[in-house]
Parts: sequence; structure tokens; C-alpha cells
Amino acid sequence: MTDSKYFTTTKKGEIFELKSELNNDKKEKKKEAVKKVIASMTVGKDVSALFPDVVNCMQTDNLELKKLVYLYLMNYAKSQPDMAIMAVNTFVKDCEDPNPLIRALAVRTMGCIRVDKITEYLCEPLRKCLKDEDPYVRKTAAVCVAKLYDISSGLVEDQGFLDQLKELLSDSNPMVVANAVAALSEINESSPTGQPLVELNASTINKLLTALNECTEWGQVFILDSLSNYNPKDDREAQSICERITPRLAHANAAVVLSAVKVLMKMMEILAADTEFCAGLSKKLAPPLVTLLSSEPEVQYVALRNINLIVQKKPDILKHEMKVFFVKYNDPIYVKLEKLDIMIRLASQANIAQVLSELKEYATEVDVDFVRKAVRAIGRCAIKVEPSAERCVSTLLDLIQTKVNYVVQEAIVVIKDIFRKYPNKYESIISTLCENLDTLDEPEARASMVWIIGEYAERIDNADELLDSFLEGFADENAQVQLQLLTAVVKLFLKRPAHTQALVQHVLSLATQDSDNPDLRDRGFIYWRLLSTDPAAAKEVVLADKPLISEETDLLEPTLLDELICHISSLASVYHKPPTAFVEGRSAGIRKTLPAAKPGVEETVREATVIPSQESLIGDLLSMDIGSTIPQVPVAQPANNVDLLGGDLDILLTGPGPDLSGGVQPSTTGLLGDIFMSTAPVKFNPPKTCWLPADKGKGLELFGTFSRRAGQMAMELTITNKAMQAMNGFAIQFNKNSFGISPAQPMNVGNVPPGQSLEYRLLLNTSGPVQRMDPLNTLQVAMKNNVDVFYYACQIPMQILFTEDGTLDKRVFLTTWRDIPSANEVQYTLNDIKGTADMISSKMTQSNIFTIAKRNVEGQDMLYQSLKLTNNIWVLLELKLTPGATTATLSLKSRSVEVAPFVFQSYDSILKA
Amino acid sequence: MSSSAVYILDVKGKVLISRNYRGDIDLVVIEKFMPLLMEKEEEGLLTPILQTSDCTFAYIKTNNLYIVSTTKKNANIALVFVFLHKIVQVMTEYFKELEEESIRDNFVVIYELMDELLDFGYPQTTDSKILQEYITQEGHKLEIQPRIPVAVTNAVSWRSEGIKYRKNEVFLDVIESVNLLANANGNVLRSEIVGAIKMRVYLSGMPELRLGLNDKVLFESTGRGKSKSVELEDVKFHQCVRLSRFEIDRTISFIPPDGEFELMSYRLNTHVKPLIWIESVIERHAHSRVEYMIKAKSQFKRRSTANNVEIVIPVPHDADSPKFKTTIGSVKYAPEQNAITWTIKSFPGGKEFLMRAHFGLPSVECEDTEGKPPIQVKFEIPYFTTSGIQVRYLKIIEKSGYQALPWVRYITQNGDYQLRTN
Repeated sequence: MTDSKYFTTTKKGEIFELKSELNNDKKEKKKEAVKKVIASMTVGKDVSALFPDVVNCMQTDNLELKKLVYLYLMNYAKSQPDMAIMAVNTFVKDCEDPNPLIRALAVRTMGCIRVDKITEYLCEPLRKCLKDEDPYVRKTAAVCVAKLYDISSGLVEDQGFLDQLKELLSDSNPMVVANAVAALSEINESSPTGQPLVELNASTINKLLTALNECTEWGQVFILDSLSNYNPKDDREAQSICERITPRLAHANAAVVLSAVKVLMKMMEILAADTEFCAGLSKKLAPPLVTLLSSEPEVQYVALRNINLIVQKKPDILKHEMKVFFVKYNDPIYVKLEKLDIMIRLASQANIAQVLSELKEYATEVDVDFVRKAVRAIGRCAIKVEPSAERCVSTLLDLIQTKVNYVVQEAIVVIKDIFRKYPNKYESIISTLCENLDTLDEPEARASMVWIIGEYAERIDNADELLDSFLEGFADENAQVQLQLLTAVVKLFLKRPAHTQALVQHVLSLATQDSDNPDLRDRGFIYWRLLSTDPAAAKEVVLADKPLISEETDLLEPTLLDELICHISSLASVYHKPPTAFVEGRSAGIRKTLPAAKPGVEETVREATVIPSQESLIGDLLSMDIGSTIPQVPVAQPANNVDLLGGDLDILLTGPGPDLSGGVQPSTTGLLGDIFMSTAPVKFNPPKTCWLPADKGKGLELFGTFSRRAGQMAMELTITNKAMQAMNGFAIQFNKNSFGISPAQPMNVGNVPPGQSLEYRLLLNTSGPVQRMDPLNTLQVAMKNNVDVFYYACQIPMQILFTEDGTLDKRVFLTTWRDIPSANEVQYTLNDIKGTADMISSKMTQSNIFTIAKRNVEGQDMLYQSLKLTNNIWVLLELKLTPGATTATLSLKSRSVEVAPFVFQSYDSILKA
Repeated sequence: MSSSAVYILDVKGKVLISRNYRGDIDLVVIEKFMPLLMEKEEEGLLTPILQTSDCTFAYIKTNNLYIVSTTKKNANIALVFVFLHKIVQVMTEYFKELEEESIRDNFVVIYELMDELLDFGYPQTTDSKILQEYITQEGHKLEIQPRIPVAVTNAVSWRSEGIKYRKNEVFLDVIESVNLLANANGNVLRSEIVGAIKMRVYLSGMPELRLGLNDKVLFESTGRGKSKSVELEDVKFHQCVRLSRFEIDRTISFIPPDGEFELMSYRLNTHVKPLIWIESVIERHAHSRVEYMIKAKSQFKRRSTANNVEIVIPVPHDADSPKFKTTIGSVKYAPEQNAITWTIKSFPGGKEFLMRAHFGLPSVECEDTEGKPPIQVKFEIPYFTTSGIQVRYLKIIEKSGYQALPWVRYITQNGDYQLRTN
């Protein structure tokens, strides 16, 4: 006998008949009737009219019947709120039933009835159930608090349910703990203020970690997800959490594994990346991630989307696992496409041969979307892994020979990118490309081909004919192709003006007179005017160097990436969008960020620090006031000159005058600086080095160094724009660093036209936030302009931190020298010493290293020197010089002896200058 | 924070049964599901997650049924999918086959199950053995009301107390599946072993079990580094195994569920010779015929034998008039799969067999391009593991002190075993 019979009544008076059956005295008949009602409900019939009759059946000792009635109530209570109240009494009574199954059932169902009047009556039973002796009831009640919060958050807060829920976190039963955690996380997430209502503290975390070992797989997920919202106070705590979570990576349930990965990824952010512990952790992450690829395809899909994030955040974890991402013939298409994406991210010189042979295989498959993506991937490999470019190009050529239309078109699009990345390298293949001209019917492929012809017009003998043939159908082309045609013809004309004048006039008239497209017309007019007024300028504009194309495409912006790492295994991690982008209203919750590294509480003298996550940089950059509110500092103000000349002469003697303007100086006119430089004794500043090469900065090239003039530190920058477009909107931000160095003024660089460079002097102070870096003198900088945000790190030469008041009294020097324990003494040998002790001493004074005393002991010159760093660290030195010798011994004593190597570097560079 | 509602739909998208857990999404959104799915399929952008302005659908497909979960929040989507598969597993264990008919036949129990599996979108008890103790298909004919099994909220949520067997026995099956991917040039691109230890436990009471394997990490830490051992790359355990204990000293200790379950799985990358190697020469004469010469080689020890070897060779879908010649086994053409299957019942180690096939091709060529499906091989080699893994002992301790016999069986079989062709 099966239940299907309940579905088979279609008489006209059905409702009426059911009504009478429901009111039958016989229990069996009643139950049959309720089943029929539920069956009708299941197939979507409206049986709400039977509400009072069904509710009448609620008071029964038959559990099956009771469950059915409850189910009915959940479905229809909302449409019949007034009648639903009839059920309250039974609910309240059931919450006190001797059978825990019924108590739990009652409290569970009551929470699902979203009718205000019922909710009022829920509080008392719920309070009792939260303290029930049976864990099954308690765990059900815990979830019910979250249900109640969803209906009426005020009620939950007023009635003290939050505290009761918090108490359940210490429950002896792990299932109760797990559900309480789930309920609390849910409540925290929907908190109206955006602030969590219940904060987790270290002792609760401990309880959760204990419960983690004992609760069901689902409970483990709830606990892990909640742990991922916790920020440990120091790296010790983070490490202990990691240790207790790592065993979860061996769980058979993929959701448990991914949630554990999420917590570990977050904790690793706090831990020092270069420790053995962190390295071990990274190693442990790879195998479980790989195993996720043997799970069900849907789970694989989620795993792959997450691996995509993890590979971007920590490329090392999976760098040896390329092969597991090879596509299988029977993988679903969504798995294939994701695998391909990850393969490109992992492609490197070491594995490129394998990757290419796979990609070539994929390019011959049937699924068009997959094939296209595979062809595109080959192009991306060429751009990413330079030594493989030639191989990629020949693979693409092979594919073009297959003559499969969409393969050819896709190949031409990517070859265009390869030409841009490696100009003048592969033009031998152009003839092969031209053979396929007629088969191209997609705008992107046509536009790419036209671009190639224009770019290499001087090498293609019949370029004019080819372009001319395109012009015949100019009006029918897609706008993208029209624009490319216009530019290509102009290029052709500039390169081979002899016979192409008619052609260029034709295309200009097509673009400016026959087209409705404003972009096309504008471009046409610009070319026209350029060509008619100044052909040389036109050449420079049209045939200028192209801006570089980046190696990695589709990289997520670092702040977003960090946020998504906090959301591993959730929908956000699959969409690669923050939850705010797809979750409505307050439940979108607080935006999560990765924690910044925190040093251990006691370990104040720790050498290693993690490179902090970049979001702090960007956050500051964004909040920084960039724009018109900054008053423009006039270039080379005359007032400054007066000040300078009328100022303290000592300053002039000890060093070049301080350039207080800090403004933009065109590089050709070093005016004031130059003048003073020549009169003042030479003070050493390290030469500029390349901090940001143009290919990393999307055309922005930065050379820089640091200087200190008359107590004013500055960052000296040469900003070069190697891109096609003008750069502006410059702003700069420093990461926390060991000496609190930060910009003293907003960066005030106006517009940098393409191909131009300018010098900029950014004044610095030491009032910024302090965080120990490794090496100590590392400075991480974020530079922003209208193109992007760039990050680079540079080393601060220690001498710019030597202050002007670094002279110690002789006696103080002596006592201090004695007081500093000998463990804090470091020796160093200086090479290539030239000149006498006096000459060296005066050279040193220029850099704020002051000689306190000089003695001659047994033919050797002893110089006692002192210096003070901007952060008030005193360094005492003894320099032993043997006349005529090229080496000298330097002994250093300081309470913060870790600065020693950098002071030695300064000595070396000052002496060599 | 997972499912707002769960639906089971038939292949046309009609709702067979559903349960609304959170009431934050109107149940009728499901009407958008099927049109959206078809639209995405058309565009070639089908993923198991579909987004609409109202909610997100996450679905799996099984036996022509769609199991769909909706959510409005940033749900833990990995949890949702694992859970959806779990629903299928539980219901299959309840009704043997989860299909349209069995759903109609058991809708009352399904409603009860759905109430117990998930609460407010949070998965609760999903162990079908335990569920069967208080949710049964028989209705509750007995007058005694069902009670919650202690196991539901116990730390040992997978086993009930008071189980009794006259004869206490444990069966261990060590099953290794070999995944292989080779390219058309005969190079092995990937070879990996996915092993599983499956158990059938017929033990009384609450037995404590400890399993000893020749695990390399364990051997090295206990100074037996020289003995033959296996390096397991990634191990996954059933929830009954104490993970923290394994992490500390590599001991596999657990209280098993009753009956059949998978205790653990492991994975290792190996560079062993492919157990069965296929060389294929395919000559296509366009518009007339295509000829296959397939050589199958067994590259394992002579004393082992592979059983039920099936070599599936794809052929063009417009091929006709098949002719075969082989020295061993039988060859069948399955036009519905566009493949021929060469079956060899018993394939001893160190042997080599040959098969030739000949097909006619129509003179008019078909428009659609065809992919190049790989050759697939199925086989089973008993009493043999590729990795060399061994069960050293299985200790069974129960307070009543009974003796129980463990039986161990080893078997190696094909996993994803694919050889690409030209």
C-alpha cells in the first residue's frame, strides 16, 4: 500500500467531502483525510478552506497525524492568521509533553509560523525549551531563537534570549553548541547596526574548538564558519587555532574541508609567512584541495571557483599541481571552463610545454565555448610566459591550418595581443593570417586582423589592396571594425604616403561624412586635422609606442580578493563578487576583511613580520582627500627663494638648501638645488634606482631615492609616463613601517603627458604608524594614478634618519658606552678607506654622524662618534683607522642593536661617495 | 545560512514536493527555475548555480529529478551541494530508488524526513540508519510512541546502543581505483590511485576499533622506516574516525556505524606502469571506411588476472557495417553509444591481445563535427593493490569482550581510465 492513492480524488465536491472526513470520529479515517489534504497541498491545490477542520485534528496522541497537521499549519497559518491562534494552546501544551520528540516538534513548528499573534505566545515555551533536560529539545530551541529574531529582533533582545543562547555555547552537548553557534552567527549577520551583537571571545573559541571534535559534520561547518569571523588577538592564538583545525582537512565532507580551508587562509594572514609553521600549513592545504576535485561535479565547481581565489592569493600552494586541472573528456562544461582558467593561472616556464600540448588538444574538441577559451588560453600563455611565446605562436598557426572557422577567428584575436606584447617579432606569420582574411565574419576577429594590417603596413606589400577591399563594405561593418579600419588606413598612409592618398581620403570621408557614429566621426576629424596641419605630429601620435598589455588578465582587485578569501565556500566565492552585490538589505552584513598581521604580545623584538594585507593601504588611499581641495603649491615660489637666502646661513653651509616648496620641478630646470649643490659641501645621497618598471606600472615608471637636507627628509622621484595616455590624479600612501615614515604632504603632481617625465620631491615626516618590517628599512608604497594602484617596496637608506641633534656629550658618551652590555656590540670592517681621519670625520658630519672625540693610540686614529635616529635610538660608534691602510674597524653599540647592519651600510655608502 | 527552501522537481520542472524552511522567498519563484536553466543551457553558460533577481538556485540532477535549493543570502554553497547529495543518499536508502513514483508513494515520510534533515536551513540529522529508528515507512502502527534515539544528539551520532549480533564479524574491502589519462602519443599525463576502505560491520554493542595500515608516515615515526610502506597523499575519513587522534599519532581509531559504510579514502600519485595499456592504430579513409587495430597489453604480474575487462572504443556516429576479428573475447557494436566494446572475461598478467575492426563510412559526409572521445577501459583485478597498501591489523575491543573476526579483501579496478586517440 502506498501513499499515491491519496492523490487520486478529483471529484467536484472534494473540499466538502474532505471536510466531513476530517470531522469523522474514527481516528484512522481522520488520518486518511489529513493525508488527502496534504496530498492536495503537495500538488498545489488550495486547501486553506479546511483550516479549522484540520486544526481540530491537532490534539492527538498520534505523532504521524500531529506532524501532518503541523505541516499544514506552517503552510497556511500566514493566510489565516486569525484562525491560527486556535492552534496556540495545543502548541503550548505540546511544549510540555513528556516526549521530547513532541516538545521539539512543537517549538520547531511554532518558530516557522510567521504570525505575530503566535509569536507572542512563543516566548514562554521557548524559554523553557532552551533549558530542557533533553539535548534534542535544546538544540531545536537554539535554532528557534534565530527564527524568532528573523520575525521580531526586538523581542529576542528584550526577552534576554541572546544571553540564553550564549549560555548554550557552553552546553555539554556538542550538537546544542553547534546549533547555538549557527543561530548566533545568523543573528550577528543580520544585526541592524552592522556590529555583531554577540562577540566571540577567546574562552568561547576554546569551547567551540572542543565541540568541533565531537559534533556532526554539519555542526562542524557551523563552528568553522563562525570561527572564520573571529580575529585572534595575536599570532600565538592564531597558531593554536590552526593546529586544532588542521585535522578537519581529513574529513570526508567537502563542506567541512572548505570551511577549514577558509579559517586557515584567514589565520595565515596573521601568522608570519616565513615561519616554518606557515610553510607547513601551506603544504598541508594542497592535498585536500586536490582531493576536492574527485567529489561530485557541483562540489567540484564550487571548489574550483574557490581554488581560483586561493591561487591568486597564494600562488605557491598549488604551483606543482598543474596536472590535476587537466580537463577530462566527460567533465561537465562548467568544470572544464573553470579548470582551464586555473591552468592559465598556474602556467609557468616550468610546465608550459605540458600546458600547451593540453590546450592544443582542447582546441580540437567539439564544444565551441570551450574551444574558444582554449585558443584564447594559448594566447595568454604566450603573453605570460615569455620564453614560450614562440611555441604558442606556432601552436596557434597549426590551429589556423585546421581552417575551423571559429578557431581561426579566435586565434587571430589572440595573435593581435601577442603582436602587441612582442612587437616586430613574429611578422613572418602575417602572410598566413592574411590567407584567412575572407573567412573572418566576427567583428572582433575582423578588427584584430585590420589592426595587424595597419600595424605592419610597411611589411605587407598589398596592405593597401587588403584595406581597400574592407572599405567596400565599410557601412556594414561593426563600429569596432570601422574604427580599426580608419586607424589602419591612416597608419598605412603615414608609413607609405606614396600611393595611398586616395585611400586615406576615402576612409576619412566615409568616417566623417557618411557615418552617424559620433566616436567614428570624432576620430576621423582628429586624424584629418592632424594630417592636414602637421603630418610629423600625426606620425608621432598615430605611430607612437603602444602602452604595454598586462601579463595577468582577470586578476581580482586585491581588496576584493581579500574580502572573498573571507567568504571561501560561500556563494560570494563562486560569484567572485562581494555579498553586498547580490544580497539585499541589512542581511548583507558587514564587509569582511582579512586581519592585518599582529606581532606576539611578548615578542616585541621579533625579526619577522608578515607583509600586511594590502587592503589597509588601499583603504587609506581611498579615504585620502585627493582632488581639488588640496591647494596648488605654485612651482618654485619666489617667496621661498627669499626665505632661503635670508634664512640661517648654517643650514646653507651644512647642506643644500631645503626645498620647502616640495612642488613639481620640471626636470630640465634644477635651478635652486643645482646652485646650492655646487656651493655646499657634497652630501651623499644614493643614486636613484628603479622602483617600478613600466611593465609593472602599466606604463608608469618610477625611479627614486631618499634624501635629507637640513633636517628635512624627502623622497626624490622621477616619474615617467611611458603609456599612451596622460597620467594624472597621482596619490601616494605608505604602509606602516619601522620608523613611522609617512608623506608630509599630499602628492601634488599634476598631469604627466605621455612620453614625458618629471622630477618630484615628496617631503616626509616620521609621524606615521609604526610597524616593524623585515628587513628593518623596508618601505612599502602604494602609488595611485588615474590608471591603477601600484605597489612597490624600497629600502630606506639609514642615513636619512640620522638627526641633526645626534651629538652626545663626551661624558655621557663614555657612561653610555659602558652601560650598554657587550652583547649589544657589533663589529664591522670598512673597506676602501681613503683620506685622513679629519676628512672622514667632516664627511660624516655632513650626514649627521658626529665625532665626539678623537684619540691617537699606538699610531692608530680612534674616532668616537654618535648618531641619533628619528625614533630616538642612539647609536655609539668607535672607528679605528690605521693611517695608510684601506680598511678600518668599526665597533657599534646601541640598545637597539638590530639597526647595526643598516648603519654599517650607511657608513659604507657615505665613505664611498 | 543555507537553504531557504528545498524542492524536488520532475524533469519538466514540475514540483513534486517541496518544503519551505525560512519563508523569506515566495515558493512560486521555482516557476522561473526551468526557463532559466534552459536559457543558460542554450547560451552554453550552464552552471549548477543559477542567479535571479529574487534568489539563487542551487541544484543537482539525479534520476531525471532536480533537487533544488533556494537562498537569498550569501549561503555556504559547498554545504548546500553536499547536503543536496546527502538528501538523495538518505532517500535512496529509504526508498531504494529516488524517482517520481517513489516520491508520490512516500510523500508523508518525505515530509517527515525533510522536517528532520533541515531546520531553518541548517542541516541537522542526516544519518539514515539513525533516522530510520524514529521515522519509519510503516506509519506508527504500534501504540508505543517513537522516542528519539540517543544517538541523534550523542557525540556518537552514527550508532545506536544495544545492537546485537549472534556472530560478530567485520568485512574490510580495500578498493583501489586507478585514474589514468594518456595522450594520443602514448604519454601518461596523469596517473593517480584513489583508494577506499569500505567496511561492513556486524558487531554487537559499542565496539572500539583500531585499524593498522602500513602507513609510511607512521612507520617512519616509529622507526620502522625500512619496512614496505605506502605514502598516502591525502586521507579522508568517515566522521566516526577521531581526526585529532590521527593528526597526533596517525592512529585510526573509531566506533563504527552499524552495517555498510566507507571508512576512509586516500589518494596517491604514482608513476607505476599503466595496468592495462592500449595501443590503437586508426586509419580513416574518408567517405569509404575506417579501420581499427587495437592492441591490449596487461602490465601487471603474471600471477594476477584482470577480470571483466571492457575496452570501449569510440567510432564515428555514421559508421556502418561493422566487421571484427579478435583472438580473444568478444566484440560488440553499440550504435547508441557510437562505440564498440571489446570484452575479455579473464585477462592474465603479462599478455598481449589484438583486435581488428572495420567499418564502412557513408560517401556523404555529415555536417556536425565530432569530438574525439577517448578509449575507456574497465577492469577488476582481485587480491591485488597497486599502491601496496596492507591492512596490518584491525583490533576490536568491546566491553563484553567478545571475539570478532575481521575479513580483508583487496581489489584494484579502473577509475577514470582514459586514453586519448588521434
